[in-house]
Amino acid sequence: MYPSKFDYVRAQSVEEAVERTSSHSNAKILAGGHSLIPALKLRLAQPDLLVDLGRIAALKGISRHNGTVSVGALTTHAACAASDDLPKVWSEAAGLIGDPQVRNRGTVGGNIAHADPASDLPTVLIALGAQIHVQGTAGPRAIPADEFFVDLFTTSLEEGEIITRVEVPVESNQGSAYTKVFNPASRYAILGVAAQVAIAGGVCRQLRVAAGGSTPKAIRAHHVEAALQGQPINDTTIQHAAAAIADDLGEEVIGDMYASAAYRRSIAAQIAARALSAAAARAR
Amino acid sequence: MTAINVVVNGKSYTREVEPRLLLVDFIRDTLSLTGTNIACDTSQCGACTIHLDGQAVKSCTVLAVQADGSTITTIEGLANGKLHPMQQAFWDQHGLQCGYCTPGMIMAAAKLVEDNPEITEAEIRHGLEGNLCRCTGYQNIIAAVAQAAKA
Ligand SMILES: Cc1cc2nc3c(=O)[nH]c(=O)nc-3n(C[C@H](O)[C@H](O)[C@H](O)COP(=O)(O)OP(=O)(O)OC[C@H]3O[C@@H](n4cnc5c(N)ncnc54)[C@H](O)[C@@H]3O)c2cc1C
Ligand code: FES
Ligand code: FES
Repeated sequence: MYPSKFDYVRAQSVEEAVERTSSHSNAKILAGGHSLIPALKLRLAQPDLLVDLGRIAALKGISRHNGTVSVGALTTHAACAASDDLPKVWSEAAGLIGDPQVRNRGTVGGNIAHADPASDLPTVLIALGAQIHVQGTAGPRAIPADEFFVDLFTTSLEEGEIITRVEVPVESNQGSAYTKVFNPASRYAILGVAAQVAIAGGVCRQLRVAAGGSTPKAIRAHHVEAALQGQPINDTTIQHAAAAIADDLGEEVIGDMYASAAYRRSIAAQIAARALSAAAARAR
Repeated sequence: MTAINVVVNGKSYTREVEPRLLLVDFIRDTLSLTGTNIACDTSQCGACTIHLDGQAVKSCTVLAVQADGSTITTIEGLANGKLHPMQQAFWDQHGLQCGYCTPGMIMAAAKLVEDNPEITEAEIRHGLEGNLCRCTGYQNIIAAVAQAAKA
């Protein structure tokens, strides 16, 4: 399969990439290419110009300072999976993305810009309360993960805006986990649940839960959170809270060739319970 | 056309390529190194796996222009005088049937063992998730990788 013809430039800096993409009517950013190249081959995407971020070193790497971890947009899933600086929910989810070859190429920025409903990172970043830092012709801004994902393959990125990095708060008293049921061929999520919890005196003090893979965009599981917040953490309270995920998934549950909507609904509480239990077990 | 320079199996090549040329086609058609196979062409099967700057990647999902300045090893470059331990193990354990998936399997497996010399059977199975064998000869493939890990 061949993509249609396009021109190619390798940007040397974020500024150049912003300038190149915004000054061209049909340009696309290229990162790891593991969503874009398949789309080019199928001619679902037919840009006239690809602006390759691949060699912008400033966009790569994970650094930790003062209670936050910053992850460059071009950081690969393999690097995230191997990182001890990231919250467990992120490194765990990264290690479950695709396969080793995919993790060696796919990047954080590409994953979230693509906003595939079956992706893992949108779910993780919502649960972590991440800030997505972007750069455009109007300058830089930060978008909370809760507001970044708008719909199926749709984000709140403006035309020409480039994701530069993702920042997540880290607190040592929190435990987090990611649990997913996946398509056995691609490993894309059929349903993934991410949870981050802080416990004090056996009671759930802080909780963020998100789900993806079963809805057009990843969602915050507010009903699950409300059911467990302030409660003692045990199997009964976890099962009870996890059952509330049905209300969070709502009416728009996806049914496709991999899994029916009914199947997704039927597994949701169990997957949520596993994520909550694993996160609680890791909280100190 | 865009000029790229790559070192493939220790040899430097400079070529003019169309930006849309896939790395796997560059390797097979431009450089005539046809050991790397194309099977699914949809990033799923791993038949096209090569080492790009020391990492196993699916070369059907990389543009040749993205590889400019990189060092590449293909199946042809793995043996060094004698068969690489992974090649020898595939031979000894009969880790292939039709052989179509084999170059990709060997390239992916060689990296797995290099990164994790103490690799367990479960880790081998997990680590080869990106490589499909249409002949379904997985049992012997796993045995071959386990042998190579001990070599
Ligand atoms: C076989 C296979 C299995 C996979 N399995 C999973 C899985 O289980 N879970 C999962 O989450 N993902 C999965 N993926 C997707 C993979 O994880 C990549 O993250 C994803 O392809 C996007 O990252 P990329 O760097 O390849 O982006 P690209 O393909 O380069 O780009 C994707 C899109 O994002 C845009 N873009 C890229 N970078 C930026 C940026 N910095 N700023 C603005 N826009 C940008 C591009 O213009 C393009 O529209 C799989 C992919 C394959 C091929
Ligand atoms: S041919 Fe590249 S992954 Fe199948
Ligand atoms: S040996 Fe035939 S595809 Fe694997």
